[in-house]
Amino acid sequence: MYRYDEFDHAFVSARVEQFRDQVQRRLSGELAEDAFKPLRLMNGVYLQLHAYMLRVAIPYGTLSSGQMRMLAHIARKYDRGYGHFTTRQNIQYNWPRLSDTPDILAELASVEMHALQTSGNCIRNVTADHFAGAAADEVADPRPYAEILRQWSSVHPEFSFLPRKFKIAVTGAERDRAAIQVHDIGLHLKKDENGKLGFAVYVGGGQGRTPMIAKKIRDFLPEEDLLSYTTAIMRVYNLYGRRDNKYKARIKILVHETGAEELARQVETEFASLKDTELKLPDADIQAIAAYFAPPALPERQEGWGNLARWKKADPAFDQWVRQNVQPHKHPDYGMVTISLKPIGGIPGDATDAQMEAVADIAEEYAFDEIRVSHEQNLILPHVALADLEPVYRALVAAGLATANAGLITDIIACPGLDYCALANARSIPVAQEISSRFGAPERQAEIGELKIKISGCINACGHHHVGHIGLLGVEKKGAELYQITLGGSGDENTSIGEIIGRGFEPEKVTDAVETIVDTYLGLRRDKSETFLEAYRRVGPQPFKDALYGGGAQEAA
Amino acid sequence: MVDKVLTANRLGDGISVWLDASGKWVESLQDAFIARHAEAVAALETTGKRAFDANEVVDVNVVDVEEVDGVLRPLRMRERIRAEGPSIAYAPGYDGLAGPKNVAA
Repeated sequence: MYRYDEFDHAFVSARVEQFRDQVQRRLSGELAEDAFKPLRLMNGVYLQLHAYMLRVAIPYGTLSSGQMRMLAHIARKYDRGYGHFTTRQNIQYNWPRLSDTPDILAELASVEMHALQTSGNCIRNVTADHFAGAAADEVADPRPYAEILRQWSSVHPEFSFLPRKFKIAVTGAERDRAAIQVHDIGLHLKKDENGKLGFAVYVGGGQGRTPMIAKKIRDFLPEEDLLSYTTAIMRVYNLYGRRDNKYKARIKILVHETGAEELARQVETEFASLKDTELKLPDADIQAIAAYFAPPALPERQEGWGNLARWKKADPAFDQWVRQNVQPHKHPDYGMVTISLKPIGGIPGDATDAQMEAVADIAEEYAFDEIRVSHEQNLILPHVALADLEPVYRALVAAGLATANAGLITDIIACPGLDYCALANARSIPVAQEISSRFGAPERQAEIGELKIKISGCINACGHHHVGHIGLLGVEKKGAELYQITLGGSGDENTSIGEIIGRGFEPEKVTDAVETIVDTYLGLRRDKSETFLEAYRRVGPQPFKDALYGGGAQEAA
Repeated sequence: MVDKVLTANRLGDGISVWLDASGKWVESLQDAFIARHAEAVAALETTGKRAFDANEVVDVNVVDVEEVDGVLRPLRMRERIRAEGPSIAYAPGYDGLAGPKNVAA
């Protein structure tokens, strides 16, 4: 893991003290709200419906046991005993007092964490594949590049007041687990024919009210040009991105209006003047950062194979959990464990302080002290010996964290929605809870197979509904909640934006509608190996419209 | 005219509050002062602006409510959730809309 150097420590500490002074002046009345609001947002402090909210950055979703314990401590001491892991690999606290936030940030700084650039029109937390550094299908670990981008973009004087917020995601495998094509910049780390590392560069993806899939503007960018090329993109965006209309200010609109080819030309022109400047990354610097992310020394643990077979045979629930929540690791004696934060009927992404402590303990004992947060609102233990899976599972069961549903219909992404969020129009969490309860039986989930439901409580799409196989968007109509359904979205290497299927559903009818969609899929799939998404792409929306709306399907659409 | 109350969030801790008849900011909508005519609404707006300028509260708004069997109920779902707390059992001891407003201080 990356460790702060003296500069990092001094920088973060200085920012904490600066914010402490700003909060003090706000509370004393010296600073008015209009002046203070942008300052608090720069430090991750929002005002929501019931209280302030603090969003803490978890760079590229990687954290240690010590850092997780600090997150638990903050939940316990300053909040109401829980936190909410988000689709941007961050954590949010829903009830901090403004007056406590400087102390919280100071505590975070003590474990090399912060809340900088988790809000505002700047480059936000750089996200990455949550299996980075462990996945069997990975070309290289993308996190060193995410860290380089983090350092470069932190309080970058040129890019701190962009037309709008800016999100970068990085993946190091062909299988895209970081949804890079729905980010402002998506970077796909790969090797060229000579084995040299570099990136395919995607620009202009995003969700929100105008969902767009990013355009690839570079097939291969050598790794040493990462910062100069990214700077070139940012300069073109900063210059031409629209500042006259908040809803047209993201780079996706610029790409759309300019055209990907012309935008690429502009970027290349800018890049030509930057390519051989101090932004060129020396190999020694890349290696120095990469060294922080060196995988732990993983001893041979062949005994795990036999043990695992025995344990699976003896305990069907364990067997199911392994099949669903453990993925192949680079090292054959190890696996990557997904800790589901989606208990049946529970709140997606929430974890109590005790659960965070339990994960920290398990990671320390069995997983080389490393934890990840996924954009699907789960936690990951990236390096667990097969020989340790059984005790890890037992410990997770004890903590209420062993739900065997990774990638299944109850592994639902949901934004906080109207239960917390000042921007929301409708609730997300209760909808997720009801769907989860309806489909919670393990046999039923297994029968349905891979199916990603994603729910947003407003058009800003924090719940990623546009890329849900089934997406639900909550809107307010005549003072009541209504849920619009989209089908066929996907956030992987074959990204697609879901299509609106027809008129919306009232809260009490939306779970039935989802069940109708699922039953329709089960009735038309070729066989069990054809997933919901594959079946939808084969047959299109009509069978689902017919099932949902009957003969009036065309009109309803 | 639709009944109205004045609501805001307290500066120091951000907790939702409503203005009561004695001019105090209270944590329960049920204790709020109800404006039933235009002059009273104007007074609420003036009071809200003054409290904002005095840095007591932020996000000040006049919201529509109805009184049913002596219980105040905002017309918009957003304001109902602000008044009653999250509709979900987010922490041990808190039962969502079915339970008391706050589980912890």
